[in-house]
Amino acid sequence: MSLDTDDIKAIAKLARLKIDEADVPLYATNLSSILHLVEQMSSVNTEGVVPMSHPLDVVQRLREDVVTENDQRDEFQKVAPATRDGLYLVPKVIE
Amino acid sequence: MSNFHQMTLAELSASLQAGDVSSAGLTEHFLSRIRQHDATLNSFITVVEVQAMAQAAEADKALKQGSAGPLTGVPIAHKDIFCTRGIKTSCGSKMLDNFISPYDATVVSKFKQAGVVTLGKTNMDEFAMGSSNETSFYGAVKNPWNTDTVPGGSSGGSAAAVASRLAPAATGTDTGGSIRQPAAMCGITGLKPTYGLVSRYGMIAFASSLDQGGPMAQTAEDCALMLNVMAGFDEKDSTSLEKEIPDYTAGLGNSIEGLRIGLPREYFDEGLDDNVRAVIQQALDQYRELGAELVEIDLPNSGLSVPVYYVVAPAECSANLSRFDGVRYGYRCEDPQDLYDLYTRSRGEGFGAEVKRRIMVGTYALSAGYYDAYYLKAQQLRHLISDDFKAAFKNVDVIMGPASPEPAFNLGEKAEDPISMYLSDIYTIAVNLAGLPGMSVPAGFVDGKPIGLQIIGNYFEESRLLNVAHKYQQHTDWHKQIPDSYK
Repeated sequence: MSLDTDDIKAIAKLARLKIDEADVPLYATNLSSILHLVEQMSSVNTEGVVPMSHPLDVVQRLREDVVTENDQRDEFQKVAPATRDGLYLVPKVIE
Repeated sequence: MSNFHQMTLAELSASLQAGDVSSAGLTEHFLSRIRQHDATLNSFITVVEVQAMAQAAEADKALKQGSAGPLTGVPIAHKDIFCTRGIKTSCGSKMLDNFISPYDATVVSKFKQAGVVTLGKTNMDEFAMGSSNETSFYGAVKNPWNTDTVPGGSSGGSAAAVASRLAPAATGTDTGGSIRQPAAMCGITGLKPTYGLVSRYGMIAFASSLDQGGPMAQTAEDCALMLNVMAGFDEKDSTSLEKEIPDYTAGLGNSIEGLRIGLPREYFDEGLDDNVRAVIQQALDQYRELGAELVEIDLPNSGLSVPVYYVVAPAECSANLSRFDGVRYGYRCEDPQDLYDLYTRSRGEGFGAEVKRRIMVGTYALSAGYYDAYYLKAQQLRHLISDDFKAAFKNVDVIMGPASPEPAFNLGEKAEDPISMYLSDIYTIAVNLAGLPGMSVPAGFVDGKPIGLQIIGNYFEESRLLNVAHKYQQHTDWHKQIPDSYK
């Protein structure tokens, strides 16, 4: 499977990554070679093989639905790029 | 000048307990070595002199009061992937260059509780994605054995810092070989534990089903001392295993008479450098002399490890790294025009090329219509790879082979070719896919570059791995070698 520059732009959009126009061809080459490597997987028939979700076949542990964390909002928002009155600020979404 | 840097953790601990040295004295000794040498090596991203001396003073109090544990007062370094409260935690990325963690990773808080001093945070490949430490936003780390070569990666800073004795030991993480491969290339001892043994809480996630933290040190004994602190159930990590933790130092001296060592044919094929093969063969001969039996085995699906890994790891990374959005923490672009612009430019400018490549591969593999062909297929093959090991461990106690197909390569040699870089982990990746424990132990040199012997164990057999490595180290001195400039 080879990817062209349009594929790269579409994937970058899905991944929310801004890629410089000049770099797109190199990403296309690199990603195509990675996908080429990955295609070796098709050499093995895996029909009926159960996909592995945890190396030790452990199921997801659940806990009681009770509050275990303290409110640390102020502490956590100290590392935010922009906040006001305990809210995270982003560019205007609704006009 | 004292020779504390030539001592192991176990020896430093004994000196502290005997009162021959204070934690403050030791800490200052290593801080001064970092000041002296790290401009060349670039193994640290952050050094925390003031906090380290304060922790050392606390440790000295505990030592005087008799409330000290086995590692109280020894200084170590943490890979910059572990969150450290009040200290910059960058993960080697511009994205987190401004991130002062508001909390400690479980591994970090366990070391704090044990009275261990933190010297600083070590350099690493960006978000642990790399095998040479060259993808770090903070620049490449140099291998102390030969500064034209890479230290390996992603835990390259930890490996270089321990090899040059700027720190007696360090933490690392291993997703596809990131503890074992740099340990091999820098001539130190590293252990990647069974998946789920060491808490991943506060360890910045790359590929959650593969990531595992572990010790990087001079000896197997030191790794055992560190694993005693690091291992254990943590309710804050949903994949942490509820398992009784033994004293990993207890069985170090056990006899290995009759030990059955499996040698996978696939790990000694034509991809292996002949000089490395000779070093590994010599190590195996040593084991035979110690009473072990060598048995050829097959891991028929191991050739698919690299392809499977480059689906599973990017897929999980694309999900994990979606949290970096320029809103709640980390890098934000200048003057975003709208929300889409904020997301795409913050991520596009904050991540380096290798991270972007992997996010895009993962995004593609998980996108509508491709999931079955890529992620599902890879998870099925993972089962087959893991079944190969299960079958092998019915007949052998441990598996041995090289940790890396070649000695440390030159800086820049593979930087432009992702695939050749990926193949550097060809012998380590299957262990992560299966969730098994693995080690790298110094086993000799090729052209002055260290070579690592990989030892793979069955699930939860860390005690046996450490025992097997320790017996070897009692009869060899490869692990005691220090590069001339750092003696």
